[in-house]
Amino acid sequence: MAEATVKKERPKHLNLMQIRLPLPGFVSILHRVSGVGLFLSLAGLIWLLGASLGTPEQLECYRATMAFSVLGLPVVKLFLLGLLWAYLHHFCAGIRFLLLDMHIGIELTPARASAVAVLLVSLSLTALLGVLTW
Amino acid sequence: MVKRLVVGAHYGFRDWLAQRVTAVVMAVYTVYMFVCVLNLPAYDNAAWRGLMSGGFAKFATFLFALALFYHAWVGVRDIWMDYVKPISVRLTLHVITLLALIGYAGWVAQILWRL
Repeated sequence: MAEATVKKERPKHLNLMQIRLPLPGFVSILHRVSGVGLFLSLAGLIWLLGASLGTPEQLECYRATMAFSVLGLPVVKLFLLGLLWAYLHHFCAGIRFLLLDMHIGIELTPARASAVAVLLVSLSLTALLGVLTW
Repeated sequence: MVKRLVVGAHYGFRDWLAQRVTAVVMAVYTVYMFVCVLNLPAYDNAAWRGLMSGGFAKFATFLFALALFYHAWVGVRDIWMDYVKPISVRLTLHVITLLALIGYAGWVAQILWRL
């Protein structure tokens, strides 16, 4: 019986600085990164929700927090703008993954096109909603 | 007799499905809330409070929160499993994640039902 005993040295190329991710891979890792960012921000977001719906003192606290700035930069609002992008990217990429699950757009060309669409749509929606709610 | 190699805890398919069901719940809620906010009579705190005080808004928001926390649990647990190999550290992180999410659920319930 021939046993597969010969272990071939397989080439490993896992240097993150050298791997060039294709666009769908880029969308995929951003899906994970945005998810982590949203997860880590949950406590702050729930606090903001509670303060915006709380007593008048809490509401004051909410307004002060939203207006908080460092060197003239409204850092809290900028951070929330980043989270808005994270939410929208996660949303759009998630819908793309659901469609792929249903075998819609799994060929190379449409898969690449939908990856570009996810990046563009989430960025433009962030810009639009950011301007509307600033 | 067939010797079966039993691997894993068999939560793979269940969680794969839960991840998608919770995602759809959150997506529907997001669009619904977006339309509600667009239809607000004014953009001030009273209108926001009025929107969130409705019985259905509370129910839907709490459902969204639970879907979010379950979704986050599956996603974050996968990340710990991908990157954290020592079993004791991984278990600790799993427990911290789970406890935080359970606490958040109580926190959201308290915010909504004191309105």
